Amino acid sequence: MNQEDVKITITDRDGVSHNIDAPTDMAMNLMEVVRAYELAPEGTIGICGGMAMCASCQCYVKSDHKLPEMQDDEEAMLSEAFYVKDNSRLGCQIQINPDMDGLEVELAPES
Amino acid sequence: MISTDILIIGAGPTGLFTVFEAGLLKLKCHLIDALPQPGGQCSEIYPKKPIYDIPAYPEILAGDLTDKLLEQCKQFEPGFTLGERAETIEKQDDGSFIVTTNKGTKHHAPVVAIAGGLGSFEPRKPLTPNIADFEDKGVEYIIKDPEIYRNKKVVIAGGGDSALDWSIFLADVASEVTLIHRRNEFRGHLDSVEKVQELKNQGKINLVTPAEVMGIIGNGHVEGVVVKQSGEEPKEFNIECDHFVPLFGLSPKLGPIANWGLEIEKNAIKVNNALDYQTNIPGVFAIGDVNTYPGKLKLILCGFHEATLMCQAAYQIINPGKKYVLKYTTVSGVHGFDGTSKTAPKAVVKKIE
Repeated sequence: MNQEDVKITITDRDGVSHNIDAPTDMAMNLMEVVRAYELAPEGTIGICGGMAMCASCQCYVKSDHKLPEMQDDEEAMLSEAFYVKDNSRLGCQIQINPDMDGLEVELAPES
Repeated sequence: MISTDILIIGAGPTGLFTVFEAGLLKLKCHLIDALPQPGGQCSEIYPKKPIYDIPAYPEILAGDLTDKLLEQCKQFEPGFTLGERAETIEKQDDGSFIVTTNKGTKHHAPVVAIAGGLGSFEPRKPLTPNIADFEDKGVEYIIKDPEIYRNKKVVIAGGGDSALDWSIFLADVASEVTLIHRRNEFRGHLDSVEKVQELKNQGKINLVTPAEVMGIIGNGHVEGVVVKQSGEEPKEFNIECDHFVPLFGLSPKLGPIANWGLEIEKNAIKVNNALDYQTNIPGVFAIGDVNTYPGKLKLILCGFHEATLMCQAAYQIINPGKKYVLKYTTVSGVHGFDGTSKTAPKAVVKKIE
Protein backbone atom coordinates (compact mmCIF):
# COMPACT_ATOMS: atom_id res chain seq x y z
CA MET A 1 0.00 0.00 0.00
CA ASN A 2 1.27 3.36 -0.99
CA GLN A 3 1.85 5.87 1.76
CA GLU A 4 -0.61 8.27 0.16
CA ASP A 5 -3.41 5.69 0.00
CA VAL A 6 -6.39 5.36 2.31
CA LYS A 7 -8.40 2.19 2.94
CA ILE A 8 -12.02 2.44 1.83
CA THR A 9 -14.78 -0.16 1.95
CA ILE A 10 -17.23 0.02 -0.93
CA THR A 11 -20.29 -2.22 -1.09
CA ASP A 12 -21.34 -2.67 -4.71
CA ARG A 13 -24.89 -2.91 -6.07
CA ASP A 14 -24.88 -6.70 -5.63
CA GLY A 15 -24.11 -6.31 -1.93
CA VAL A 16 -20.48 -7.42 -2.21
CA SER A 17 -17.98 -5.49 -0.07
CA HIS A 18 -14.62 -4.48 -1.48
CA ASN A 19 -11.74 -3.24 0.64
CA ILE A 20 -9.69 -1.07 -1.64
CA ASP A 21 -6.79 1.37 -1.55
CA ALA A 22 -7.75 4.81 -2.77
CA PRO A 23 -5.01 7.29 -3.70
CA THR A 24 -5.15 10.72 -2.08
CA ASP A 25 -2.55 12.26 -4.38
CA MET A 26 -4.28 11.90 -7.73
CA ALA A 27 -7.18 14.33 -7.38
CA MET A 28 -9.59 11.40 -7.51
CA ASN A 29 -13.15 11.47 -6.28
CA LEU A 30 -15.14 8.54 -4.96
CA MET A 31 -16.99 8.02 -8.25
CA GLU A 32 -13.67 7.78 -10.09
CA VAL A 33 -12.34 5.29 -7.53
CA VAL A 34 -15.41 3.09 -8.14
CA ARG A 35 -14.77 3.27 -11.88
CA ALA A 36 -11.03 2.67 -11.55
CA TYR A 37 -11.73 -0.54 -9.63
CA GLU A 38 -14.68 -1.39 -11.94
CA LEU A 39 -17.06 -1.91 -9.01
CA ALA A 40 -20.03 -0.89 -11.19
CA PRO A 41 -20.40 -1.57 -14.93
CA GLU A 42 -19.24 1.17 -17.30
CA GLY A 43 -22.16 3.28 -18.41
CA THR A 44 -23.99 2.86 -15.10
CA ILE A 45 -21.87 5.23 -13.01
CA GLY A 46 -20.43 8.65 -13.68
CA ILE A 47 -22.71 9.18 -16.67
CA CYS A 48 -22.44 12.98 -16.59
CA GLY A 49 -18.69 12.72 -15.99
CA GLY A 50 -18.78 14.16 -12.48
CA MET A 51 -20.81 17.37 -12.81
CA ALA A 52 -23.39 16.46 -10.14
CA MET A 53 -25.94 16.30 -12.94
CA CYS A 54 -27.08 12.68 -13.07
CA ALA A 55 -26.93 11.00 -9.61
CA SER A 56 -25.62 7.75 -11.12
CA CYS A 57 -22.82 7.78 -8.50
CA GLN A 58 -25.17 8.15 -5.52
CA CYS A 59 -23.91 6.26 -2.48
CA TYR A 60 -24.83 5.85 1.17
CA VAL A 61 -22.18 6.83 3.71
CA LYS A 62 -22.11 4.14 6.43
CA SER A 63 -19.24 5.37 8.61
CA ASP A 64 -19.23 8.66 10.54
CA HIS A 65 -16.38 10.33 8.70
CA LYS A 66 -16.52 14.05 8.28
CA LEU A 67 -16.93 14.59 4.57
CA PRO A 68 -16.75 17.79 2.52
CA GLU A 69 -19.92 19.79 2.98
CA MET A 70 -22.64 19.40 0.39
CA GLN A 71 -22.79 22.19 -2.18
CA ASP A 72 -25.99 23.53 -3.72
CA ASP A 73 -25.74 21.55 -6.97
CA GLU A 74 -25.24 18.24 -5.15
CA GLU A 75 -28.16 18.95 -2.85
CA ALA A 76 -30.36 19.92 -5.81
CA MET A 77 -29.46 16.78 -7.73
CA LEU A 78 -30.15 14.54 -4.74
CA SER A 79 -33.53 16.20 -4.31
CA GLU A 80 -34.47 14.87 -7.76
CA ALA A 81 -32.82 11.46 -7.47
CA PHE A 82 -34.46 8.19 -6.45
CA TYR A 83 -33.63 5.88 -3.53
CA VAL A 84 -32.34 8.90 -1.58
CA LYS A 85 -31.70 8.45 2.14
CA ASP A 86 -30.44 10.78 4.85
CA ASN A 87 -26.88 9.52 4.31
CA SER A 88 -26.94 9.86 0.51
CA ARG A 89 -24.09 11.63 -1.21
CA LEU A 90 -22.87 11.91 -4.80
CA GLY A 91 -19.54 10.11 -5.10
CA CYS A 92 -18.31 12.58 -7.71
CA GLN A 93 -18.45 15.40 -5.18
CA ILE A 94 -16.27 13.63 -2.61
CA GLN A 95 -12.56 14.13 -3.23
CA ILE A 96 -10.45 11.43 -1.57
CA ASN A 97 -8.28 12.89 1.20
CA PRO A 98 -6.15 11.45 4.04
CA ASP A 99 -8.97 11.94 6.60
CA MET A 100 -11.07 9.35 4.79
CA ASP A 101 -9.11 6.32 5.93
CA GLY A 102 -11.62 3.64 6.93
CA LEU A 103 -14.53 5.24 5.06
CA GLU A 104 -17.44 2.87 4.36
CA VAL A 105 -19.92 3.50 1.58
CA GLU A 106 -22.55 1.56 -0.31
CA LEU A 107 -23.54 2.25 -3.90
CA ALA A 108 -27.20 3.20 -4.35
CA PRO A 109 -29.24 1.16 -6.85
CA GLU A 110 -29.07 2.08 -10.52
CA SER A 111 -31.98 4.20 -11.69
CA MET B 1 -38.39 4.79 -46.75
CA ILE B 2 -35.56 7.23 -46.15
CA SER B 3 -32.48 6.47 -48.26
CA THR B 4 -28.98 7.79 -47.61
CA ASP B 5 -25.31 6.84 -47.91
CA ILE B 6 -24.36 6.76 -44.24
CA LEU B 7 -27.05 6.26 -41.64
CA ILE B 8 -25.81 7.73 -38.37
CA ILE B 9 -27.39 6.61 -35.12
CA GLY B 10 -26.92 9.41 -32.61
CA ALA B 11 -26.86 13.15 -33.33
CA GLY B 12 -24.25 14.09 -30.73
CA PRO B 13 -20.95 15.82 -31.58
CA THR B 14 -19.42 12.70 -33.17
CA GLY B 15 -22.48 12.06 -35.34
CA LEU B 16 -22.67 15.69 -36.45
CA PHE B 17 -18.99 15.86 -37.39
CA THR B 18 -19.43 12.64 -39.40
CA VAL B 19 -21.83 14.59 -41.65
CA PHE B 20 -19.06 17.05 -42.46
CA GLU B 21 -16.34 14.48 -43.13
CA ALA B 22 -18.74 12.36 -45.21
CA GLY B 23 -19.79 15.46 -47.15
CA LEU B 24 -16.19 16.12 -48.19
CA LEU B 25 -16.32 12.66 -49.79
CA LYS B 26 -19.66 13.46 -51.46
CA LEU B 27 -21.51 11.03 -49.19
CA LYS B 28 -24.94 11.97 -47.82
CA CYS B 29 -25.92 11.37 -44.20
CA HIS B 30 -29.10 10.92 -42.23
CA LEU B 31 -29.20 10.93 -38.43
CA ILE B 32 -31.56 9.19 -35.99
CA ASP B 33 -31.75 10.35 -32.38
CA ALA B 34 -34.10 9.51 -29.52
CA LEU B 35 -33.90 13.10 -28.26
CA PRO B 36 -36.06 15.77 -29.89
CA GLN B 37 -33.01 17.96 -30.65
CA PRO B 38 -29.48 17.35 -31.98
CA GLY B 39 -26.42 17.58 -29.71
CA GLY B 40 -26.72 14.44 -27.59
CA GLN B 41 -25.41 14.80 -24.05
CA CYS B 42 -24.05 18.26 -24.91
CA SER B 43 -27.55 19.62 -25.37
CA GLU B 44 -29.45 17.32 -23.01
CA ILE B 45 -27.26 17.13 -19.91
CA TYR B 46 -24.86 20.04 -19.88
CA PRO B 47 -25.55 22.72 -22.54
CA LYS B 48 -24.37 25.52 -20.24
CA LYS B 49 -21.16 23.80 -19.12
CA PRO B 50 -17.81 24.77 -20.64
CA ILE B 51 -15.55 22.27 -22.43
CA TYR B 52 -11.82 23.04 -22.44
CA ASP B 53 -10.34 20.29 -24.61
CA ILE B 54 -11.81 20.97 -28.04
CA PRO B 55 -8.79 21.80 -30.23
CA ALA B 56 -8.54 25.53 -31.01
CA TYR B 57 -11.33 26.39 -28.56
CA PRO B 58 -9.74 27.35 -25.22
CA GLU B 59 -13.29 27.30 -23.86
CA ILE B 60 -16.64 26.54 -25.47
CA LEU B 61 -20.06 25.84 -23.96
CA ALA B 62 -21.40 22.40 -24.85
CA GLY B 63 -24.53 24.00 -26.36
CA ASP B 64 -22.40 26.31 -28.49
CA LEU B 65 -20.31 23.38 -29.70
CA THR B 66 -23.50 21.75 -30.97
CA ASP B 67 -24.49 24.96 -32.78
CA LYS B 68 -21.04 25.23 -34.39
CA LEU B 69 -21.09 21.61 -35.54
CA LEU B 70 -24.55 22.09 -37.06
CA GLU B 71 -23.31 25.20 -38.86
CA GLN B 72 -20.20 23.38 -40.08
CA CYS B 73 -22.17 20.50 -41.62
CA LYS B 74 -25.18 22.53 -42.82
CA GLN B 75 -24.17 22.64 -46.51
CA PHE B 76 -24.16 18.85 -46.61
CA GLU B 77 -27.88 18.88 -45.86
CA PRO B 78 -28.13 16.09 -43.27
CA GLY B 79 -31.55 14.52 -42.75
CA PHE B 80 -32.85 14.02 -39.22
CA THR B 81 -35.25 11.56 -37.62
CA LEU B 82 -35.51 13.05 -34.13
CA GLY B 83 -37.46 11.84 -31.13
CA GLU B 84 -37.29 8.26 -32.38
CA ARG B 85 -35.10 5.41 -31.22
CA ALA B 86 -33.38 3.03 -33.64
CA GLU B 87 -34.95 -0.31 -32.82
CA THR B 88 -34.05 -2.99 -35.37
CA ILE B 89 -31.49 -3.55 -38.12
CA GLU B 90 -31.96 -5.94 -41.05
CA LYS B 91 -29.21 -6.81 -43.46
CA GLN B 92 -30.39 -6.94 -47.08
CA ASP B 93 -29.18 -9.35 -49.78
CA ASP B 94 -27.09 -6.62 -51.40
CA GLY B 95 -25.23 -5.98 -48.10
CA SER B 96 -27.13 -2.78 -47.27
CA PHE B 97 -29.18 -2.25 -44.13
CA ILE B 98 -32.70 -1.26 -43.16
CA VAL B 99 -32.94 0.36 -39.73
CA THR B 100 -36.42 0.83 -38.26
CA THR B 101 -37.25 3.13 -35.36
CA ASN B 102 -39.65 2.54 -32.47
CA LYS B 103 -42.20 4.57 -34.44
CA GLY B 104 -41.80 2.46 -37.55
CA THR B 105 -39.78 4.94 -39.65
CA LYS B 106 -37.59 2.95 -42.04
CA HIS B 107 -34.11 4.01 -43.18
CA HIS B 108 -32.07 2.35 -45.92
CA ALA B 109 -28.28 2.76 -46.27
CA PRO B 110 -25.22 0.81 -47.38
CA VAL B 111 -23.32 1.93 -44.27
CA VAL B 112 -24.50 2.35 -40.66
CA ALA B 113 -22.44 4.39 -38.20
CA ILE B 114 -23.45 4.00 -34.57
CA ALA B 115 -22.48 7.18 -32.75
CA GLY B 116 -24.79 6.51 -29.85
CA GLY B 117 -22.74 7.76 -26.90
CA LEU B 118 -23.91 6.04 -23.74
CA GLY B 119 -27.14 4.98 -25.45
CA SER B 120 -30.51 6.55 -26.07
CA PHE B 121 -31.92 8.82 -23.40
CA GLU B 122 -34.89 7.37 -21.57
CA PRO B 123 -36.93 9.20 -18.95
CA ARG B 124 -36.13 8.32 -15.36
CA LYS B 125 -39.27 6.84 -13.88
CA PRO B 126 -40.06 7.54 -10.22
CA LEU B 127 -40.60 4.65 -7.84
CA THR B 128 -44.28 5.53 -7.15
CA PRO B 129 -45.80 2.08 -6.42
CA ASN B 130 -48.67 1.79 -8.91
CA ILE B 131 -47.36 4.18 -11.56
CA ALA B 132 -46.80 1.45 -14.19
CA ASP B 133 -50.55 0.72 -14.25
CA PHE B 134 -51.25 4.25 -15.49
CA GLU B 135 -48.54 4.70 -18.14
CA ASP B 136 -50.20 6.29 -21.18
CA LYS B 137 -53.44 6.36 -19.15
CA GLY B 138 -52.76 9.78 -17.75
CA VAL B 139 -49.13 9.28 -16.71
CA GLU B 140 -46.59 10.68 -19.17
CA TYR B 141 -42.84 10.85 -18.54
CA ILE B 142 -42.20 13.11 -21.54
CA ILE B 143 -44.45 15.84 -22.87
CA LYS B 144 -44.77 15.23 -26.58
CA ASP B 145 -47.99 17.04 -27.45
CA PRO B 146 -48.95 19.79 -24.98
CA GLU B 147 -52.40 20.01 -26.59
CA ILE B 148 -53.55 16.85 -24.81
CA TYR B 149 -53.47 18.88 -21.59
CA ARG B 150 -55.81 21.62 -22.86
CA ASN B 151 -58.46 22.36 -20.22
CA LYS B 152 -57.26 19.39 -18.14
CA LYS B 153 -55.98 19.26 -14.58
CA VAL B 154 -52.28 18.46 -14.58
CA VAL B 155 -49.88 17.55 -11.76
CA ILE B 156 -46.18 17.89 -12.57
CA ALA B 157 -43.44 16.52 -10.30
CA GLY B 158 -39.76 17.48 -10.39
CA GLY B 159 -37.40 20.28 -9.49
CA GLY B 160 -35.33 20.95 -12.59
CA ASP B 161 -35.64 22.99 -15.74
CA SER B 162 -38.10 20.74 -17.54
CA ALA B 163 -40.51 20.67 -14.57
CA LEU B 164 -40.33 24.47 -14.30
CA ASP B 165 -40.56 25.18 -18.02
CA TRP B 166 -43.51 22.86 -18.61
CA SER B 167 -45.34 24.23 -15.56
CA ILE B 168 -44.97 27.70 -17.04
CA PHE B 169 -46.06 26.59 -20.49
CA LEU B 170 -49.04 24.56 -19.31
CA ALA B 171 -50.26 27.32 -17.00
CA ASP B 172 -51.84 28.85 -20.12
CA VAL B 173 -53.06 25.57 -21.60
CA ALA B 174 -54.32 23.39 -18.78
CA SER B 175 -57.25 24.31 -16.56
CA GLU B 176 -55.13 23.68 -13.45
CA VAL B 177 -51.39 23.13 -12.96
CA THR B 178 -49.88 21.78 -9.75
CA LEU B 179 -46.12 21.56 -9.34
CA ILE B 180 -44.83 19.19 -6.68
CA HIS B 181 -41.21 19.04 -5.57
CA ARG B 182 -39.37 17.40 -2.70
CA ARG B 183 -37.76 20.68 -1.65
CA ASN B 184 -38.71 24.35 -1.57
CA GLU B 185 -35.70 25.16 -3.74
CA PHE B 186 -35.70 24.60 -7.48
CA ARG B 187 -32.73 24.21 -9.73
CA GLY B 188 -33.25 25.92 -13.03
CA HIS B 189 -32.53 29.06 -14.95
CA LEU B 190 -33.13 32.07 -12.77
CA ASP B 191 -35.82 33.50 -15.07
CA SER B 192 -37.73 30.18 -15.01
CA VAL B 193 -37.69 30.13 -11.21
CA GLU B 194 -38.85 33.76 -11.10
CA LYS B 195 -41.60 33.13 -13.65
CA VAL B 196 -42.97 30.20 -11.61
CA GLN B 197 -42.91 32.42 -8.52
CA GLU B 198 -44.90 35.06 -10.42
CA LEU B 199 -47.44 32.51 -11.71
CA LYS B 200 -47.78 31.08 -8.22
CA ASN B 201 -48.49 34.56 -6.84
CA GLN B 202 -51.14 35.05 -9.55
CA GLY B 203 -52.70 31.72 -8.58
CA LYS B 204 -51.97 30.18 -12.00
CA ILE B 205 -49.67 27.51 -10.61
CA ASN B 206 -50.48 25.60 -7.48
CA LEU B 207 -47.12 24.90 -5.79
CA VAL B 208 -46.85 22.06 -3.28
CA THR B 209 -43.46 21.77 -1.55
CA PRO B 210 -41.72 20.02 0.12
CA ALA B 211 -43.81 17.09 -0.99
CA GLU B 212 -43.84 13.84 -2.86
CA VAL B 213 -46.39 11.87 -4.86
CA MET B 214 -46.93 8.60 -3.04
CA GLY B 215 -49.50 6.93 -5.26
CA ILE B 216 -51.96 7.34 -8.09
CA ILE B 217 -55.73 7.15 -7.85
CA GLY B 218 -57.91 6.09 -10.72
CA ASN B 219 -59.81 3.35 -12.43
CA GLY B 220 -58.26 2.70 -15.83
CA HIS B 221 -57.18 6.36 -16.04
CA VAL B 222 -55.56 8.85 -13.69
CA GLU B 223 -58.15 10.59 -11.51
CA GLY B 224 -55.81 11.97 -8.87
CA VAL B 225 -52.59 11.58 -6.92
CA VAL B 226 -51.81 10.98 -3.27
CA VAL B 227 -49.45 13.63 -1.96
CA LYS B 228 -47.36 13.54 1.18
CA GLN B 229 -46.25 16.97 2.30
CA SER B 230 -43.46 17.25 4.86
CA GLY B 231 -42.34 20.39 6.67
CA GLU B 232 -43.73 21.77 9.91
CA GLU B 233 -47.10 20.08 9.69
CA PRO B 234 -46.72 16.86 7.72
CA LYS B 235 -49.91 15.75 6.02
CA GLU B 236 -51.17 13.43 3.35
CA PHE B 237 -53.91 14.43 0.93
CA ASN B 238 -55.28 13.80 -2.56
CA ILE B 239 -55.14 16.12 -5.54
CA GLU B 240 -57.70 15.56 -8.27
CA CYS B 241 -56.16 15.53 -11.75
CA ASP B 242 -56.42 14.08 -15.26
CA HIS B 243 -52.69 13.81 -15.87
CA PHE B 244 -49.61 13.14 -13.76
CA VAL B 245 -46.32 14.13 -15.43
CA PRO B 246 -43.18 13.19 -13.48
CA LEU B 247 -40.16 15.02 -14.97
CA PHE B 248 -37.01 13.67 -13.32
CA GLY B 249 -34.59 13.95 -16.19
CA LEU B 250 -33.32 11.39 -18.65
CA SER B 251 -30.70 8.70 -18.39
CA PRO B 252 -28.96 6.93 -21.25
CA LYS B 253 -29.45 3.22 -21.91
CA LEU B 254 -27.72 1.20 -24.62
CA GLY B 255 -31.18 -0.22 -25.37
CA PRO B 256 -32.10 -2.17 -28.52
CA ILE B 257 -28.62 -1.78 -30.08
CA ALA B 258 -27.45 -4.35 -27.53
CA ASN B 259 -29.55 -6.94 -29.42
CA TRP B 260 -28.16 -6.26 -32.89
CA GLY B 261 -25.60 -9.06 -32.74
CA LEU B 262 -22.73 -6.67 -32.11
CA GLU B 263 -19.85 -7.64 -29.85
CA ILE B 264 -20.41 -5.76 -26.61
CA GLU B 265 -17.86 -5.25 -23.87
CA LYS B 266 -18.40 -3.07 -20.80
CA ASN B 267 -21.59 -1.59 -22.21
CA ALA B 268 -19.77 -0.48 -25.37
CA ILE B 269 -19.38 -1.89 -28.89
CA LYS B 270 -16.06 -3.51 -29.76
CA VAL B 271 -14.46 -2.16 -32.93
CA ASN B 272 -11.33 -2.59 -34.98
CA ASN B 273 -9.32 0.46 -34.00
CA ALA B 274 -6.28 -0.59 -36.05
CA LEU B 275 -8.24 0.11 -39.22
CA ASP B 276 -11.58 1.83 -39.47
CA TYR B 277 -13.74 1.37 -36.32
CA GLN B 278 -15.83 -1.32 -38.00
CA THR B 279 -17.78 -3.66 -35.71
CA ASN B 280 -18.05 -7.44 -36.09
CA ILE B 281 -20.84 -6.78 -38.64
CA PRO B 282 -19.24 -5.57 -41.91
CA GLY B 283 -20.76 -2.24 -42.93
CA VAL B 284 -21.68 -1.32 -39.36
CA PHE B 285 -19.27 1.03 -37.62
CA ALA B 286 -19.24 2.38 -34.06
CA ILE B 287 -17.62 5.73 -33.29
CA GLY B 288 -17.36 8.04 -30.30
CA ASP B 289 -18.25 7.14 -26.71
CA VAL B 290 -20.28 4.10 -27.79
CA ASN B 291 -17.26 2.06 -28.93
CA THR B 292 -14.42 0.41 -27.10
CA TYR B 293 -10.92 -0.81 -28.00
CA PRO B 294 -7.61 -1.06 -26.16
CA GLY B 295 -6.71 2.39 -24.87
CA LYS B 296 -10.12 3.92 -25.65
CA LEU B 297 -10.76 7.41 -24.25
CA LYS B 298 -14.30 8.76 -24.16
CA LEU B 299 -13.50 12.23 -25.40
CA ILE B 300 -15.30 14.32 -28.01
CA LEU B 301 -12.04 14.95 -29.84
CA CYS B 302 -11.41 11.19 -30.15
CA GLY B 303 -14.89 10.80 -31.63
CA PHE B 304 -14.00 13.37 -34.31
CA HIS B 305 -10.92 11.39 -35.33
CA GLU B 306 -12.81 8.09 -35.36
CA ALA B 307 -15.56 9.64 -37.51
CA THR B 308 -12.99 10.86 -40.04
CA LEU B 309 -11.35 7.45 -40.51
CA MET B 310 -14.71 5.69 -40.57
CA CYS B 311 -15.86 7.89 -43.49
CA GLN B 312 -12.88 6.70 -45.57
CA ALA B 313 -13.92 3.09 -45.03
CA ALA B 314 -17.53 3.99 -45.86
CA TYR B 315 -16.32 5.56 -49.11
CA GLN B 316 -14.64 2.30 -50.11
CA ILE B 317 -17.83 0.32 -49.37
CA ILE B 318 -20.00 2.71 -51.36
CA ASN B 319 -17.49 3.22 -54.20
CA PRO B 320 -15.70 -0.14 -54.43
CA GLY B 321 -12.34 -0.08 -56.18
CA LYS B 322 -12.39 3.68 -56.70
CA LYS B 323 -9.09 5.46 -56.15
CA TYR B 324 -9.15 8.18 -53.56
CA VAL B 325 -6.62 10.86 -52.73
CA LEU B 326 -6.92 12.95 -49.59
CA LYS B 327 -7.73 16.56 -50.38
CA TYR B 328 -7.16 19.37 -47.92
CA THR B 329 -10.08 21.74 -47.44
CA THR B 330 -7.66 24.68 -47.66
CA VAL B 331 -6.76 23.55 -51.20
CA SER B 332 -10.06 22.17 -52.49
CA GLY B 333 -12.55 24.14 -50.43
CA VAL B 334 -15.89 22.81 -49.28
CA HIS B 335 -18.60 22.23 -51.86
CA GLY B 336 -22.02 21.73 -50.34
CA PHE B 337 -24.90 19.65 -51.65
CA ASP B 338 -26.97 22.83 -51.42
CA GLY B 339 -24.91 24.47 -54.18
CA THR B 340 -22.82 26.66 -51.88
CA SER B 341 -19.04 26.67 -52.06
CA LYS B 342 -16.33 27.85 -49.74
CA THR B 343 -12.79 28.23 -51.07
CA ALA B 344 -9.64 29.95 -49.95
CA PRO B 345 -9.20 33.33 -51.67
CA LYS B 346 -6.58 33.32 -54.41
CA ALA B 347 -3.32 35.13 -53.69
CA VAL B 348 -2.91 38.45 -55.41
CA VAL B 349 -0.26 38.29 -58.11
CA LYS B 350 0.54 41.75 -59.29
CA LYS B 351 3.58 43.57 -60.44
CA ILE B 352 4.97 46.35 -58.23
CA GLU B 353 6.16 49.22 -60.35
